[in-house]
Amino acid sequence: MNAMKTPAVLDVDALLDDPTTRVIVCCGSGGVGKTTTSAALAVRAAERGRRTVVLTIDPAKRLAQALGLQILGNEPAAVSSVDGDLHAMMLDMRRTFDQMVQTHAEPGRAEAIIANPFYQTISSSFSGTQEYMAMEKLGQLVATGDWDLVVVDTPPSRSALDFLDAPQRMSTFLDGRMIRLLSSPARAGGRGLRKLVGGAFTLFAKAVSTIIGGQMLTDASAFVQAFDTMFGGFRERANATYELLRSPGTAFVVVAAPEPDALREAAYFVDRLSAEEMPLAGLVLNRTHPVLAELSASKARNVADELRGAPLATAVLRLHADRVDLAGREESLLARFTGAHPTVAVTSVPVVADVGDLDGLREIGTRLADGGPHPQATALRSAR
Amino acid sequence: MSAARLHVVTGKGGTGKTTVAAALALALATGGKRTLLIEVEGRQGIAQLFDTPPLPYEERKIAVAPGGGEVRALAVDSEAALLEYFEMFYRLGMAGHALRRMGAIEFATTLAPGLRDVLLTGKAKECVNRRDADGRPAYDAVVLDAPPTGRVVSFLDVTKAMADLAKSGPIHSQAEGVVEVLHSPLTAVHVVTLLEELPVTETLETLDELAAAGLRPGAVIANQVRPQWLPDRSVAAAAGGRVDAARIRASLASAGLDLTPDVIDGLVAETVEHAQRVHAEAVALARLDASSAAPARLELPRLIGGVDLGGLYELAETLCAQGVGGSAARERKSGPGPGYPLTTSSGTRS
Repeated sequence: MNAMKTPAVLDVDALLDDPTTRVIVCCGSGGVGKTTTSAALAVRAAERGRRTVVLTIDPAKRLAQALGLQILGNEPAAVSSVDGDLHAMMLDMRRTFDQMVQTHAEPGRAEAIIANPFYQTISSSFSGTQEYMAMEKLGQLVATGDWDLVVVDTPPSRSALDFLDAPQRMSTFLDGRMIRLLSSPARAGGRGLRKLVGGAFTLFAKAVSTIIGGQMLTDASAFVQAFDTMFGGFRERANATYELLRSPGTAFVVVAAPEPDALREAAYFVDRLSAEEMPLAGLVLNRTHPVLAELSASKARNVADELRGAPLATAVLRLHADRVDLAGREESLLARFTGAHPTVAVTSVPVVADVGDLDGLREIGTRLADGGPHPQATALRSAR
Repeated sequence: MSAARLHVVTGKGGTGKTTVAAALALALATGGKRTLLIEVEGRQGIAQLFDTPPLPYEERKIAVAPGGGEVRALAVDSEAALLEYFEMFYRLGMAGHALRRMGAIEFATTLAPGLRDVLLTGKAKECVNRRDADGRPAYDAVVLDAPPTGRVVSFLDVTKAMADLAKSGPIHSQAEGVVEVLHSPLTAVHVVTLLEELPVTETLETLDELAAAGLRPGAVIANQVRPQWLPDRSVAAAAGGRVDAARIRASLASAGLDLTPDVIDGLVAETVEHAQRVHAEAVALARLDASSAAPARLELPRLIGGVDLGGLYELAETLCAQGVGGSAARERKSGPGPGYPLTTSSGTRS
């Protein structure tokens, strides 16, 4: 079945058991099963004896229930039904942001910042806020020293790369230069810039304030003034988190479905991690359909064409033939990925029909740990 | 679907909404029509799908539809759209590009998140209303590959976005025109889903949100539907792990196929998974049907070879066969996919 180049195997248990692994970041494009994968990794790590906390971003209702997360807590809560020490939490980005402001603002300023309408826009709808706050929360969890291992899910962004860029974007955005430019372009910006864009900038600023309203700009200016005093602390935190991600205790796990789009995103991400010198553990190829019976598709179809009066056996042959085709496609998609990224370790996780509870997560954990080049055995065993 | 000329396509991430939007644009162009496929998220998904170099910010022909139709594509770049808009009122000249490099444009759209959405929907509206020299609509249909389900209602709810904007002025009055088109029978919002729990849940939530915002649902499009091979009566038992291995073995042996116990076990395991998937799809369909908000349903098969250009035409043909482009879509039709009926009340809604 694996006539093609066999990639290195991602040894999940070795990764989870290694005491120097302090942080696991699960990333990938939307809809590939990142949240479930991070929960399954955390459950397995805890049951293998590590004090573990998992930070999920927006879990499905049943997954949240499986982890005992009925309410959005923003603080880790113990998952009692796990045989080990597992805490879980959902990210509340607004509260995380508020807490950051309260910690870093000068006394008396925090209330003014939080009440500012511009702050409310930024903290709830700026496209990078969720990513930034996830990284901030990760930094906080690591800083407590309460856990051996922090597993973190990443926000469901359009692109897997968004969360790496978010802190930088946010810093640029909040450093105030742009708002000063827009609110008083004559004074800010320096001579070089004025020369470059000339009077057009004044016009632009006027256009912007006509369109979005003068009040918004006034709020923005007030916000930036209040924010200026805490900006240093803010940027320091962002840099510290970035360094944490680059440290050897961190392992990135890239999750992809066996689909062209998801694998393309995964490839971009792998390249980006290597460019940033961030530690990649490997790729989880999620929800695969390995062939469980040695019988070629054409043989199965030929016999099915000839069978009479045996609807069950005919159906079995046809669904098997489809599965062989699907597995073949998944394998060639993976081969294309590993051809371009031969050093990336891979684990394949055969699809699990129903992941509604802790046992479902344990089953995925087993498949994660077992899913190198021979996923067949696992799938067979679990199918009973 | 017949009255609508602006088709907004949304769906949860990973459901294939861009693919479905492209197939829909092809289907609606079938038989000598002209359609425009608009992309607003800057991901160049259309170019990848049609295997062309990245699209510039201009309308260009991208495919010929069966029967002499034509599909054009437009990748709207929101920053360019904002600059274009400013150009109409203020002469920025080359400075516009410098402003863009500095991040000023992104900054302006971040200050007022609604501004970006007003510009993008405004562009779609302009394309719908545009007339040729002879007074005919420039496009028979415009298909908008919209943001995913989580964001689509705020994207389309221009009324709300207007609250972010100045209370008067050129963009404000343009936005009023957009609201009118989006809330008229000219617009239909289609939701793409997989027949799985999470995407169906998001679909039902989105249908409710659309209704609350006064937006018209078009069709729910179940994508990547796989065939059901098992007879209906065997599904429930097989999904519960009960498959008559001895009978399968005997039937195969009678056809000259003697298989080892290992292979039979493997076939049984595959059959159980197949049955579980069919059952889960039936539950998902039942949830869609039980929702009072659920509109007409269309189904598209999963293409085992993946979606290439040929696959797109195949999907477009499937849509045409279900009434797209010709007569109105048949209500609640059962498509090429699962026919397994849920006879018990197991199709529970969460």
